[in-house]
Amino acid sequence: MNLTLKIWRQKDASSKGQMVNYKVNDISEHMSFLEMMDVLNEQLVNSGEEPVAFDHDCREGICGMCSMYINGEAHGPDRGVTTCQLHMRMFKDGDTITIEPFRAAAFPVIKDLVVDRMAFERIQQAGGYISVNTSGNTQDANSIPISKHAADEAMDAATCIGCGACVATCKNSSAMLFVGAKVSQYALLPQGQVEASDRVLNMVAQMDLEGFGNCTNTGACEVECPKGISLENIARMNRELMKASFK
Amino acid sequence: MALDSKVPEGPIKDKWTTYKDKINLVNPANKRNIDIIVVGTGLAGGSAAATLAELGYNVKAFCYQDSPRRAHSIAAQGGINAAKNYQGDGDSNYRLFYDTVKGGDYRSREANVYRLAEVSGNIIDQCVAQGVPFAREYGGLLDNRSFGGVLVSRTFYAKGQTGQQLLLGAYSAMNRQIARGKIQMYNRHEMLDVVKVDGKARGIITRNLITGDIERHSAHAVVIASGGYGNVYFLSTNAMGSNATAAWKIHKKGAYFANPCYTQIHPTCIPRSGDYQSKLTLMSESLRNDGRIWVPAKIEDAKAIQQGKLKPTEIAEEERDYYLERRYPAFGNLVPRDVASRAAKERCDAGYGVNATGEAVYLDFATAFVRYGIEQAKIHGIKNPSKEKIIELGQAIIEEKYGNLFQMYEKIIAENPYETPMMIYPATHYTMGGVWVDYNLMTTVDGLYCIGEANFSDHGANRLGASALMQGLADGYFVLPYTIGDYLSNDIRTGTISTDSKEFEDAEEEVTDRINFFMNNNGTKSVDYFHKRLGKVMWDKVGMARNEKHLNEAMAEIKAIREEFWKDVKVPGSANEMNLELEKAGRVADFLELGELFAKDALDRNESCGGHFREESVELDGEQKGEAKRNDTDYAYVAAWEYKGEPADAVLHKEKLEFKDIELKQRSYK
Amino acid sequence: MSGFFKSSIGRKVAMALSALFLMFFLIIHLSVNITSVFSKDIFNVASHFMGTNWLIQFIMQPVLIFGVVYHFVMGFVLELKNRKAVGITYAKNNGAANSTWMSRNMIYSGAFILIFLVIHFLDFWIPEVKYKYIDVIPEDPNRYYEELVHKFVPIWRVALYTIGFIFLSLHLMHGFKSAFQSIGIPSIRKKIFQTCGKIFAIVVPLGFIVIALFHHFNNH
Repeated sequence: MNLTLKIWRQKDASSKGQMVNYKVNDISEHMSFLEMMDVLNEQLVNSGEEPVAFDHDCREGICGMCSMYINGEAHGPDRGVTTCQLHMRMFKDGDTITIEPFRAAAFPVIKDLVVDRMAFERIQQAGGYISVNTSGNTQDANSIPISKHAADEAMDAATCIGCGACVATCKNSSAMLFVGAKVSQYALLPQGQVEASDRVLNMVAQMDLEGFGNCTNTGACEVECPKGISLENIARMNRELMKASFK
Repeated sequence: MALDSKVPEGPIKDKWTTYKDKINLVNPANKRNIDIIVVGTGLAGGSAAATLAELGYNVKAFCYQDSPRRAHSIAAQGGINAAKNYQGDGDSNYRLFYDTVKGGDYRSREANVYRLAEVSGNIIDQCVAQGVPFAREYGGLLDNRSFGGVLVSRTFYAKGQTGQQLLLGAYSAMNRQIARGKIQMYNRHEMLDVVKVDGKARGIITRNLITGDIERHSAHAVVIASGGYGNVYFLSTNAMGSNATAAWKIHKKGAYFANPCYTQIHPTCIPRSGDYQSKLTLMSESLRNDGRIWVPAKIEDAKAIQQGKLKPTEIAEEERDYYLERRYPAFGNLVPRDVASRAAKERCDAGYGVNATGEAVYLDFATAFVRYGIEQAKIHGIKNPSKEKIIELGQAIIEEKYGNLFQMYEKIIAENPYETPMMIYPATHYTMGGVWVDYNLMTTVDGLYCIGEANFSDHGANRLGASALMQGLADGYFVLPYTIGDYLSNDIRTGTISTDSKEFEDAEEEVTDRINFFMNNNGTKSVDYFHKRLGKVMWDKVGMARNEKHLNEAMAEIKAIREEFWKDVKVPGSANEMNLELEKAGRVADFLELGELFAKDALDRNESCGGHFREESVELDGEQKGEAKRNDTDYAYVAAWEYKGEPADAVLHKEKLEFKDIELKQRSYK
Repeated sequence: MSGFFKSSIGRKVAMALSALFLMFFLIIHLSVNITSVFSKDIFNVASHFMGTNWLIQFIMQPVLIFGVVYHFVMGFVLELKNRKAVGITYAKNNGAANSTWMSRNMIYSGAFILIFLVIHFLDFWIPEVKYKYIDVIPEDPNRYYEELVHKFVPIWRVALYTIGFIFLSLHLMHGFKSAFQSIGIPSIRKKIFQTCGKIFAIVVPLGFIVIALFHHFNNH
């Protein structure tokens, strides 16, 4: 198929960017979206232009590195996939595809479609861990039984890949699904209880400091999340914060 | 230089404990004055960085991704082995040790493997304490599953995302230390060289991938944990950015590179669909428990399928060739990875492949649908169920077991695997070879360590499922933090290492020169053009089956591609900005050297062992006719290569492998 | 604790609490007004009680005013903050693919409700306050019904009220369940909660519309 691509090009963080049109031809419907981008870049390199910079790594939907806002949706029109798992059969011959970086004031553009998601790192550093030394002298793994239900729910929260689609898709650029998932994972496990209060207070404070917006419960994040992280995690974080603030 | 593995004396069960009791320690006050660099932040690097920082050292950690959480350890699906014996099925440290050595086709170092088995239990304790949500049974205790090549259930797992959860655990431990200031994290930085001062590793040169700045970093010891080199094949299940640059640079500065030819080709990957393909996707080995592998028995049928004129479901049962069941009646579809991969290649090479590229075989669940369906009909008391009902019931069971994999397959291939058989083909997955290290995980350069997939040590010629995660975390959490202290105890009076020395200056200049070369080369071909050509040579001639003629050709061809690369590669943009083509150019330049050494090593090893199959070394008669033949008399050694300029000139050093606790046997799956 | 209401989540909880109070108020308001459709006398009694009871007048009324003002002011403050958090907007954004129009446009439905409320205050509340506390006219317990009917004579006002309540319905369609989600009710995603929200968002505004229409046509 032949396609027109409208892609955001921006030299670096301090430059102004703009949308630029490109044409790619003979795209196979079996290609992944990023392979289509590879074709474009090969074309650009061969014609002496600078290729489009975009983040990607594992190309199997787990590392969370790829981003891109495709035709008005984070990770494009398919559900439950990252951009690297999106395939060209979702598009038709002659389509125009708009490709933009994930947008949020807290995710500044580094170059073209590459954004800086360090704000997520700092939120995790504020408390997204259990303070246990890796001495090997912890108690036996089976000494505290954890109900299968709690373990499964913690796992569902923990599957977050930190891609930032929730922020990108939120009309308020809120990071609450990301933070809620991390808070939930630990809140659901006995090991996380000791530091539960400090954790939620510090992580939420850092989230606010980073300049993310406020959640208005539109639920868009949950729909666009490639891992299907549930909105329930935000409700749990709200409860955890109330518990921590009023005790 | 003679290779000294520094394996401690004494019975294998006591070696590690006794050794730990006697090695030198650094007191807490002195640790504050010692810096350690860790390159790579996957399971090995991440766990090492966190543990070293907890101990009190000042750690500088580097990764090329935008966060440690993105390292490719995250993609491991199946699980992590540990000899906990929670199932009471007779597991023990010795049994895990034995399985790993046997699975590695007797080409690993006994003492290292035993130590790995010994600390495996601690890893699970540690991860649970960190909040890793492992799968549990209804009673609240940890669940286990079984994996290929072993007789016990010792694999711990977190859905199909075990690697992700373990990495996030290590990453959370790192975050705690980053917040305390004990780890300085350098994201989007790539190590481009190691700096040696007076023969010791004292720092690295890095490029900031956002600004392009070349930076000098000094430390008292350097740890390389940069993963494997599977991307030398261009197409592999590795991440796009996975590269061998850190490992290769230290090789060029004196670290020996061991057994590069030991590469694991995983049999159940989604096949390539065209030349544009950028990477291959793995599907869990567990599928082979219920799927039957076949190709058409008649070449006409195969041709018709390749042209899209025939559907697999239209081929009658007796016209199908279930070649694994035919060749290996005892193990059938569950033969080890290397055997299954070679058998698929053999059929496809003979022209029986089942997709347009001719490089795919079927993995068919139809039999399993019926088998489970009949069982379910009985359980639910359905009398005389229709054929459709049976299949429906059976599919429900398969969906429960492998639903996410079936869904992933459908997303990629756009065919419903419940209706038509899956297509699979082998793909490069893991590299057992790597930088040579001694028992302390130190390379042949003083103060330079190598851990995780980047080193060669524990898996021999073939790795068992669920053992990579175990090794990465064992090295990082429980081995390196002890052994590095022994070395650093001599460094407590050294003080901060200056980055102004001539050695740093020279190393930086070398790095800058190379970057400038790329920027000013004005060639005509993209980096990928050369990488794809290298990959094709590697796959065709140094792939699943190797022979002397092809290996010699491969060495010559890779050398030719390398020379052309340096003449004609084109890198657009500039050096002092984010430049992904420049990053790739540096990595491919190193792969172009590593690939040749790889072929050289494969040529030297004229035996078949594990993932390395030499067509010249097969059983000539008897029941095992045509199967791989190991040669313990001539090749029971680790091949450690010393860099001498051109890869072809590398000098071989042999570390003799001694098996005192395990009897050597030839593997049989007939 | 003071930190709580300064945090993003704290503000969101405060928004939800004020919303819950306002929704409770809507039920009371509707319960009183709906009586006017059935019985002039009951309506007058109820209105007289609400208009003269000191607990309602001097405790609940100020709380209500505070609730209304807080909900609006915080609504606009958060909207401005959120816009700042967004920065550059997308050239192409397909919001309909993942969320409802109501959830994305609370600020507009809210703003329209505010306009409506201003008119509503001018119509009923200001004259009422003037009557009771400025002019201090002696209370006539039977005046309420006539005042109400009188207001709904002009068609433009009936139309305005109808539109105002349609926006209230849209606002509640998202606001009801959103408020419960904000205060962390775990089962908010259960079907029953969603159904309750929809029923509330339709029945309450529809009740008010019916009252306006009833009195308009009843007096022609």
